[in-house]
Amino acid sequence: MTFTKTLLASSALVGLMAGAAAAQTEIHWWHAMGGANGERVDRMAAEFNAMQSDYVIVPTYKGNYTETMTAAIAAFRAGEQPHLVQVFEVGTATMMAAEGAIYPVEEMMADAGEPFDGSAYLPAVVSYYQTSEGELLSMPFNSSTPVMWYNADALEAAGVGVPSTWDEVETAAQALVDSGMACGLSFGWQSWVMVENFSAWHDMPMGTQENGFAGFDTEFTFNNEAVANRLQRIADMQEGNLFVYGGRRGDSLPLFTNGECGMWMNSSAYYGSIVAQAEFEFGQTMLPLDTDLADAPQNSIIGGATLWALRGHEAAEYEGLAQFLTYLSSPEVQAWWHQETGYVPITTAAAELSASQGFYDENPGTDTAGQQLSLNAPTPNSRGIRFGNFVQVRDVINEELEALWAGDQTAAEALDNAVERGNELLRRFERSAN
Amino acid sequence: MLKRVHFPASLLPYLLVAPQVIITLIFFIWPASQAVYQSFLIEDAFGFSTEFVWFENFEYLLQNDHYRDSFGRTIFFSAAVAFLSMSFALILAGFADRVVRGSTAYRTLLIWPYAVAPVLAGALFLFMFNPTIGIFPYLLEMVGYDWNHYLNGGQAMFLVIIAAAWKQVAYNFLFYLAAMQSIPRSIIEAAAIDGAGPTRRFATIIFPLISPTTFFLLVINAVYAFFETFGIIHAVTQGGPANSTTTLVYKVYNDGFIGLDLGGSAAQSVILMFLVIVMTVIQFRFIEKRVQY
Repeated sequence: MTFTKTLLASSALVGLMAGAAAAQTEIHWWHAMGGANGERVDRMAAEFNAMQSDYVIVPTYKGNYTETMTAAIAAFRAGEQPHLVQVFEVGTATMMAAEGAIYPVEEMMADAGEPFDGSAYLPAVVSYYQTSEGELLSMPFNSSTPVMWYNADALEAAGVGVPSTWDEVETAAQALVDSGMACGLSFGWQSWVMVENFSAWHDMPMGTQENGFAGFDTEFTFNNEAVANRLQRIADMQEGNLFVYGGRRGDSLPLFTNGECGMWMNSSAYYGSIVAQAEFEFGQTMLPLDTDLADAPQNSIIGGATLWALRGHEAAEYEGLAQFLTYLSSPEVQAWWHQETGYVPITTAAAELSASQGFYDENPGTDTAGQQLSLNAPTPNSRGIRFGNFVQVRDVINEELEALWAGDQTAAEALDNAVERGNELLRRFERSAN
Repeated sequence: MLKRVHFPASLLPYLLVAPQVIITLIFFIWPASQAVYQSFLIEDAFGFSTEFVWFENFEYLLQNDHYRDSFGRTIFFSAAVAFLSMSFALILAGFADRVVRGSTAYRTLLIWPYAVAPVLAGALFLFMFNPTIGIFPYLLEMVGYDWNHYLNGGQAMFLVIIAAAWKQVAYNFLFYLAAMQSIPRSIIEAAAIDGAGPTRRFATIIFPLISPTTFFLLVINAVYAFFETFGIIHAVTQGGPANSTTTLVYKVYNDGFIGLDLGGSAAQSVILMFLVIVMTVIQFRFIEKRVQY
């Protein structure tokens, strides 16, 4: 019967393929990209696997960022670590401190004989993940930066232009509410947007020791007057709903996409979600400038995740990994990833390719994140941050700011408390890392 | 006089209890002792540098205001969850016990929530109470009440209590109903003939007779509220806003798995373990005396 024959033939084929696969070297990649981005990750791996026959990249979804990192650490302790793991930016200090576990990608590429040109990458993207000597530790993969999203229809109805300074944001928020909007402004990821990036954008440090890059004995300094004044003014904007707090991370997204708030500050990587959900003309623009603090913005810092190589595997496997990283950072792959997801391109070539493909002309504003990052050469204040236990510190900042928004304390008190509690966590990290 | 009988020593009884002993050793004693050992260490996440610090992790915790606050919060949360879920279950069981027609359908419907995983229960309440898109905030707004549990700690606490209690009602209901149905009908009928109405029969006969069940459920509900509500809190509030729903067990997770502070997290587990031991002892020593079997 033909059916049996087909079955036999296909099982023979599967057998052959399995045999072929066994001869190839498997390289395991643990990542935290669920949903549509997870499918894109699988697609990249499949394309690389089809391009050559020596290695097979095996991507595995391990849950959210925290879960993926915890899983990789537990696996390392058990001697079962993957070759490559995706770690979010706030885990950088923890990974760096684990010198015996990580294989700095620049060193790994050199050992594997794979050409690597550090200058091809956007400085603001790679500077976050370099040692103070400039060696790249992990490969940037999905990077974003906070931008200001605005409801263009609502701003037009309110008769105001797109704001570029905080004074204009306040005026616009008032105009939006006056024109009948439920709220003027909201934001998410408040530590990242309103403390980390607010400081970098105005070229102010948020901690000593070059924001932690120069040593573990760093202390927080973000309880300064500049940050406190800004946060206090935002807290005061809650009067009349000029500002509405909508929760941590991206919880406030519906406030924007439902048309309640006319302005929303959060990651540029919400592009895909906003396209899918917003039923109005929207746009993105650079973060507002506090004209009391600076005449022009410095540059914003990134968020997102990078890929860390872990030690403990055969040299031949790292050669395959090095080739895969070269493939990942190639302009075509990067431009595709950037245009599909809203993450910033990590190389200048990918940004130029996107421009020449006409992506920015067709989708105005999508280059905002890239522009913000490359506005100026990063300074020690705007290169990024590297604090231990920073996941917990962000929670501390969330908690203290929530008490500010609830009216339980002033901005100055909130920041003092956050710094005090944050410094305790830094000291604990310093001890565990030594 | 009793005659002394000697049985030959046999391996059989040891073999019969062996599975239980082995399971306890592997799944309780071993991990618990690991937690105790870990609680004396300050260690980096990867385990490269380990410092033995005796009770420093405990000192750090007990000096920490936020940790002490989460104690009081946990006790309030657990008491509220246990009280709400048990009293609702008792009322529902009291009514279901009297239903004659279609009782199977009622019971099945009331038991359903127990089959819902805590995280899903949390997600359900999260959608119903989402300040922007939820149905309840929409209805509350009509009567002029502003709901935003992202900002209001009291509302957030209320929400996780309701979600946790709702999920446990089914379990309590099942036990209460079974207990009520095991009460001999003749006693209740005799009371009815003597002229006692349904409320009086419930208060003077049914409730005292099911006191062993109430006691059992109190222990179970307290343990549930202490440990198993983690999924609900994780899904609904993540301990926020401003720590207002961070219970002890949520803090263990947060410090250990998010913060990767293994020593501090292990110390909290050890404290929690002792707390539960003390609580169980109190329950059996003092409350059980009031129970009539």
